[in-house]
Amino acid sequence: MASVGRAADAHLVDHPATSTGLPNTKLAIWLFLASDCLLFGALISTYVLYRGASIEGPFPADVFDIPYTSVSSFVLLASSLTMVLALAAIQRGDVGRLRVWLLATALLGLTFIGGQVYEFTTFVEEGLTLRTNVFGTSFYVLTGFHGTHVGVGILMLLTLLGLSFGGRITQERSESVELVGLYWHFVDIVWIVIFTVVYLIPTGNPPVAPGG
Amino acid sequence: MASVSVPTDRRGGLLRRPSATSGFWSWFTTVDHKKIGILYGITAFAFFLIGGGEALLIRVQLARPDQDFLNAAVYNEMFTMHGITMVFLVVMPLSAAFFNYFLPLMIGARDVAFPRLNAFSYWAFLFGGLFVYSSWFLGGAPNGGWFGYAPNSVVDPTRGMTFYAIGLLITGIASTVSAFNLAVTVINMRAPGMTLFRMPVFVWMGLVVQLLLAFSLPVITIGLVELLFDRQFGTRFFDPASGGDPVLWQHLFWLFGHPEVYILILPAMGIVSEILPVFARKPLFGYQFVVFSGIAIGFIGFGVWAHHMFAVGLGPAANTAFAVSTMIIAIPTGVKIFNWLGTLWKGDIRFATPMLFSIGFIAMFIIGGLSGVTHAVVPSDYQQTDTYYIVAHFHYVLFGGAIFGLFAGTYYWWPKVFGRLLNERAGKVHFWLMLIGFNMTFGPMHVLGLQGMPRRIQSYPDSLGLTFWNTVASIGAFIIAVSILVFLVAAIASFRKPKEMEADPWDARTLEWATSSPPPEFNFEEIPVVHSIDDLWHQKYAETEGGRVVPVAAGGSGEAAAASHDGDAPGHGIHLPGPSYYPLVASLGLPLIGYGLIFGVGFAVVGVVVLLAGFFGWILEPSAE
Amino acid sequence: MLQCAGLRCPPEATQGETGKVRRRTLLVLGSMALAVVLAACAPNATQSALEPAGPYAEKAHNLFVPVFWVAVAIFVLVEGLLVIFLVRYRHRPARAGIPPQVHGNTRLEIAWTILPTLILAGVAVPTVATIWDLAAEPQGDVLEVNVLGHQWWWEFDYPEQQIITANVLHIPTGRPVSLTLCAAGLGYEQPAPSQCQPGPPEGLPPAGIGDSVIHSFWVPALAGTQDVVPGQTNMLTIQADEPGTYPGQCKEFCGLSHKDMRVLVVAHTPEDFAAWVAGQQEPAPVPEAGGDVAAGFDVFLEHRDDGSCTDCHALRGVEGPEDVPLLANGGPDLTHFASRDCFAGCSFATNEENLRRWLDDPPAMKPGSWMPEYDLTDEEIDQLVAFLMSLE
Repeated sequence: MASVGRAADAHLVDHPATSTGLPNTKLAIWLFLASDCLLFGALISTYVLYRGASIEGPFPADVFDIPYTSVSSFVLLASSLTMVLALAAIQRGDVGRLRVWLLATALLGLTFIGGQVYEFTTFVEEGLTLRTNVFGTSFYVLTGFHGTHVGVGILMLLTLLGLSFGGRITQERSESVELVGLYWHFVDIVWIVIFTVVYLIPTGNPPVAPGG
Repeated sequence: MASVSVPTDRRGGLLRRPSATSGFWSWFTTVDHKKIGILYGITAFAFFLIGGGEALLIRVQLARPDQDFLNAAVYNEMFTMHGITMVFLVVMPLSAAFFNYFLPLMIGARDVAFPRLNAFSYWAFLFGGLFVYSSWFLGGAPNGGWFGYAPNSVVDPTRGMTFYAIGLLITGIASTVSAFNLAVTVINMRAPGMTLFRMPVFVWMGLVVQLLLAFSLPVITIGLVELLFDRQFGTRFFDPASGGDPVLWQHLFWLFGHPEVYILILPAMGIVSEILPVFARKPLFGYQFVVFSGIAIGFIGFGVWAHHMFAVGLGPAANTAFAVSTMIIAIPTGVKIFNWLGTLWKGDIRFATPMLFSIGFIAMFIIGGLSGVTHAVVPSDYQQTDTYYIVAHFHYVLFGGAIFGLFAGTYYWWPKVFGRLLNERAGKVHFWLMLIGFNMTFGPMHVLGLQGMPRRIQSYPDSLGLTFWNTVASIGAFIIAVSILVFLVAAIASFRKPKEMEADPWDARTLEWATSSPPPEFNFEEIPVVHSIDDLWHQKYAETEGGRVVPVAAGGSGEAAAASHDGDAPGHGIHLPGPSYYPLVASLGLPLIGYGLIFGVGFAVVGVVVLLAGFFGWILEPSAE
Repeated sequence: MLQCAGLRCPPEATQGETGKVRRRTLLVLGSMALAVVLAACAPNATQSALEPAGPYAEKAHNLFVPVFWVAVAIFVLVEGLLVIFLVRYRHRPARAGIPPQVHGNTRLEIAWTILPTLILAGVAVPTVATIWDLAAEPQGDVLEVNVLGHQWWWEFDYPEQQIITANVLHIPTGRPVSLTLCAAGLGYEQPAPSQCQPGPPEGLPPAGIGDSVIHSFWVPALAGTQDVVPGQTNMLTIQADEPGTYPGQCKEFCGLSHKDMRVLVVAHTPEDFAAWVAGQQEPAPVPEAGGDVAAGFDVFLEHRDDGSCTDCHALRGVEGPEDVPLLANGGPDLTHFASRDCFAGCSFATNEENLRRWLDDPPAMKPGSWMPEYDLTDEEIDQLVAFLMSLE
């Protein structure tokens, strides 16, 4: 959403050419994504630092359902493909296809979020809440923070969709689609890192919970 | 003024588009980087007066032993708010004021890359500051120190540290967004010929600072989110009983906190690097070295954070590594000082007020830098850490450094911004009073720290033998206050003079002096074409074959922008982004969400709606037509 | 002229504005030098880091002093150059034209990069050596003491000697004392077990009733600071060469009464220390019936609805009603309370007047005190004071 706001600000009339040749908006979104990397970096570091530090369970191995999360990860990755198709469509000037692929991307994103909500619900039923231990705390905040990013991305996709009906997205002004696409791919890539670090790398749990 | 074509009414927007570019209400909708710069400056100065008032109360409390002028609870709020105010609401936005106003002018641009986003940054900063200050009336101000160490900041029963976390998150959003904006401006919007190595040092330092902000603020953002969640939602990030680690907060805080030190000081270093050449009438000595040392400081600044944590118990290996990196960062800092001395060498030094403050900066910063090196000596830091020796050190850097530098910039650029000079005599009185008061206040604190006075104590018994220097420091603080009063009077008085400043009163070297004082809304009649570093100087002076410097004959290429008034009214046909309500509206959502986190979700819902309404109105509104 | 005591007096001022500049600059520099001189000989700073009284503090001091003088030398050199340039190259109306436009000098740049690097390398070598030296475990005959940081007082547990005391740390001279530092108190919701707490007997609440926060143990005459971090065990070695008292204070901001979290180290000769240990190992003296002291003991034992003294405080060797040993450890162990020079975070001298004020309203003396105000009558207070002062 923020990047759409920037997109509209893009050009001052007197600056048709920028010093680097890159549009201001693209430079800004790259800076934003680099900065956002550090947000995730700090959260992932927190998670890694607290890996195996929880005193009481449930521990990761008690709750994770790797096949389930693999499927929802696949859904999110598939949405990167539809995003690419959306951009390709508008660069050809095909607004109809743009709408189809934007909607598909948003729906795939929504599916991922739905999967995350379902996963969280299951974990809570198994006794893992935000407050249970540092695993619960760092897991929910990290994945929830990522989920919020996906949510903001969906909002931006739907905004683009809305703008396309107002005739504001054209072949010449396809840049906003490209920017949202950059953001969307970034969020996907971050998920690959999170999925690997949180779900796939085994944690050093105590084999038997203390006292149990 | 010039007839700038500004879009007027338009259909389809959520609100009727504002059109005024002057008058009281125009300040709320402006997207002009110069007006936003002035807003930053005025707001930051107002916070400076408040933060200074808090400092005076602290000094009254500590003037004599065993006093209870401020009780322990209020004292803790006072030193916390003093720190938060001076760092986040004074020095950072004051630097932002100069960056906003002068980066575009110095690189020959008409505005920043994203003017409305720039307005959003300012309003978010203002609302963040007001949010933190509203805590005084809503259940107690932050009281866990500006460093907010967990678990103390989590277990404290008052609301203060929740306000701290949310308030800093809001100002953090403002600074991050502004950092993207200004960095893109410098990277992408330079005038033709303005290569990176023709940029003034102030612009370079601006770029380094924006990148530091962009990469250090995310870290504290996560720290603050974790703190906020621990306080409001019962998470366990810093709870040792659940396996959490309080030291994690310290790492996150100082990973931001140390680059922050350079975020605070590099702007002042940039300002001084502009002023010294003008008043010594020589180019900056070793331009590339000053630039590279600034970049090096920014870079190494990310690798020294744990020198704030030598006593935490990280172990001798970590302490060794951070001692060495801390010593290394002293080297580029020294390079800067020597180059400033080199600039003065064989110069033709005129002691106007901006120059006095710049010299004060150098003289005081040397002291702060040297005492900084003594902290890198870890075993002696075991003694000095968390004592008044540290308080003395960082005030020599942040007051003797940053504040002196920012005042130098204020006196230097005042005629450019307001078209009037500040009274030189008052400026000199201000400088000498401030220098004396400053040294009286903070010089003795070195002694107090070495003699065993810990930081953040509300009172001390007479038996510790600390009374004399505390009294001296308190007197000094009031001398500083008088000096600021002198400035305030001079600043107000300057507006009684007519606005008739010439474009280039100091015979300066950089592009902002090539346009009128104050600059027109569109900055430059024509975008200048840059041929060298210190371009304006080279338009005015030429070097003969014998190495002598002589003025270029009148009618040369000099004073290009100030001339040419025939024909059309100036500025005709220049399209500028129109004013907008939406940055103000969108940023208003942030404090509402903040109150929602404290007082109930209703506020937060309203806040999100306001924020989204602001953004959508923004998207639907073209930047210019 | 006082201002130039530390420097050569400035020569007669040259005419004009710049002369004034120079004179004032020298004046400021002079007063700063004077401040440093005065600092070195300022009297009665009792908690000073500048007067080390044992080998561990001396190691830090022996680094600080040479580094300080190197810094002073650089200060004089650089500020001196600055002043000389300002005076020498000031604007003179007589000088026509614009100075030569010197852009820099690469050799000079290299020189003033390398020179500070060499100086810093010279500082770094002994620094690193001392870091590892101080971190090394002390060898030989070491006295071990567990130190618990509470909000806002220090508890000292001598595991070998089976002594628990508070606020005043007694040590023998000439012998390294290895301190194991832990934060005591409660965690966010559940009790925070601390790795070095004295270990409450079965069934008693864990140590400390305040919040478990970060403190910092600091007795400048004996050693540098070490933080006391919840969930982490830190070590610090201190040693005193001569008998005497050495005050210290918590340095890390720890809440409302941070300023009251003080400590007194009393160093004895080994013989006196042995005597002190023997005295502390005695059970608390139980008063004989009759008189204020015995009445005070009764008040101490009395069950009150809003909490009893024995809920938090221990009297070792004494049994309360129903033969329960009095070993609670929420607050300071009071077995030999009157033998301590100070109480309530060592911010107040142990005497009847202070004690009376304290028992009347603890938070009024120590803001935020976890010992609440009990509505004791004046008579009860007098009796309690008499009893507490009898706990030699």
